[in-house]
Amino acid sequence: MDKIIEVRHLKKLFGDNEVLTDINFAVNKGEVVCIIGASGSGKSTLLRCLNLLELATDGEILFHGKDIMKHNMSNAVYRAKMGMVFQQFNLFNNLTVLDNCIIGQVKVLKRSKEAARKKAMEYLEMVGMVQFIDAKPNQISGGQKQRTAIARALSMEPEALLFDEPTSALDPEMVGEVLIVMKELAKSGLTMVVVTHEMAFARDVANRVIFMDNGIIAEDDVPDVIFNNPNNERTRIFLKRILEDR
Amino acid sequence: MEVDAASTFFEWVYYILLTYWPLFLRGAGVTLLISLTGTITGFGLGIIIGVIRTIPIEQNCNPIKYLFLKLVNFILLSYIEIFRGTPMMVQAMVIFYGAAMVYNIHLSPIYAGIFIVSINTGAYMAEIVRGGIISIDKGQFEAAHSIGMTHSQTMFSIVLPQAIRNILPALSNEFVINIKDTSVLSVISVSELFFISKSAAGVNYRFFEVFLITCIIYFILTFTVTRILRYFEVLLEGPSVYTIHGSQTVPQAEIRITNRERH
Repeated sequence: MDKIIEVRHLKKLFGDNEVLTDINFAVNKGEVVCIIGASGSGKSTLLRCLNLLELATDGEILFHGKDIMKHNMSNAVYRAKMGMVFQQFNLFNNLTVLDNCIIGQVKVLKRSKEAARKKAMEYLEMVGMVQFIDAKPNQISGGQKQRTAIARALSMEPEALLFDEPTSALDPEMVGEVLIVMKELAKSGLTMVVVTHEMAFARDVANRVIFMDNGIIAEDDVPDVIFNNPNNERTRIFLKRILEDR
Repeated sequence: MEVDAASTFFEWVYYILLTYWPLFLRGAGVTLLISLTGTITGFGLGIIIGVIRTIPIEQNCNPIKYLFLKLVNFILLSYIEIFRGTPMMVQAMVIFYGAAMVYNIHLSPIYAGIFIVSINTGAYMAEIVRGGIISIDKGQFEAAHSIGMTHSQTMFSIVLPQAIRNILPALSNEFVINIKDTSVLSVISVSELFFISKSAAGVNYRFFEVFLITCIIYFILTFTVTRILRYFEVLLEGPSVYTIHGSQTVPQAEIRITNRERH
């Protein structure tokens, strides 16, 4: 299998606080990996380390076998290949929906404005936002913002897409529309790493589920094992608590 | 028209207006010229300094770049502190007479005035712009970085446009302050509105009448300027309506949607 990302002995400290202790895992091409775990277990930090929004304290992050922290390639080039969708959407507030999806292509990939527009429209169509291309971010709903953010990331045609709790800031009735888009993407064969609290999504869509606990990967297995027959006691306790809340 | 000391207040006002209106107009023009040029230059200066001072300095970057940025920051901070921390009137004296004495440069008072107002405004605007930049949500930077944009691309395409919109009220403040504070330039004989008024008042020995007129002229200037800048603010906020392209049944439909709220 073609490994897109491989993480070896990753460690992250915030001051004296060790957030990630010793993280080892790999993501293969076309895989959908969901990362679950309690708040503060280091899920988001791990994802942010993968996109260099946080600089890991120690360890290696290999992208197609090359260590990205050793400046084999510039941060910008790497990041353009590793898309990210944020919990708070983070759409560019001064740009319209369409321009949000164009700017990265023009500035980073140096595409022409027309080519970028065409590509943007393609992905906006896919997430169902074509009608709203002229709207500014403060004129649309949370679900629409997140779908636009997904289109923005896709417009860069990344090799993998990282999702940092993409539905956690949404009103319950808007979670569905975003999950539908994400399911479509998973089906299309896009490599995805998703930090999520949506257990049903993890169970139905993921190829693999990683359970994180206190800065380590406690369990990394197919959803069937994680959800029905976890090996780790803490996975069992976490899932029991989460699923009982529903 | 004949006036003497026994004439009434209104006769005096009428007489002064009639005699000195070209001078008042000229003074107001000079005041406006200095404050407008000074504010715009200062704003530009402030943007440049604010942008430089918000460049993230990473400990692990190349040591030459690190030292260079630290040095530039130190120089800029010194500039800001010195020009914010001393009265403009004193700066005017020091620069105008200092340039003449030390460097033998004889600036014309108007140019000296524009220069002083510019660098003074620059010092204030630098901090205002910096405040505007750091008030923009970190998520905007992160999102831009996540699609591979560099710091400067992010700054100029994403952050600065939003920051400038947010600091326009402060800019309009600065402009109004400048219109009023150019009056201190009378100490270096810039023939702005206050200088002219002082002369007119001195000649006729009529202070109240003259300065009442001056007062009104200043207010007209500042009020007009704030209205104009307010218009720009609204303009920069962008259209409050947008068009939805196509409905589910009619693909060609265009539906105008008015904005839900304005900030």
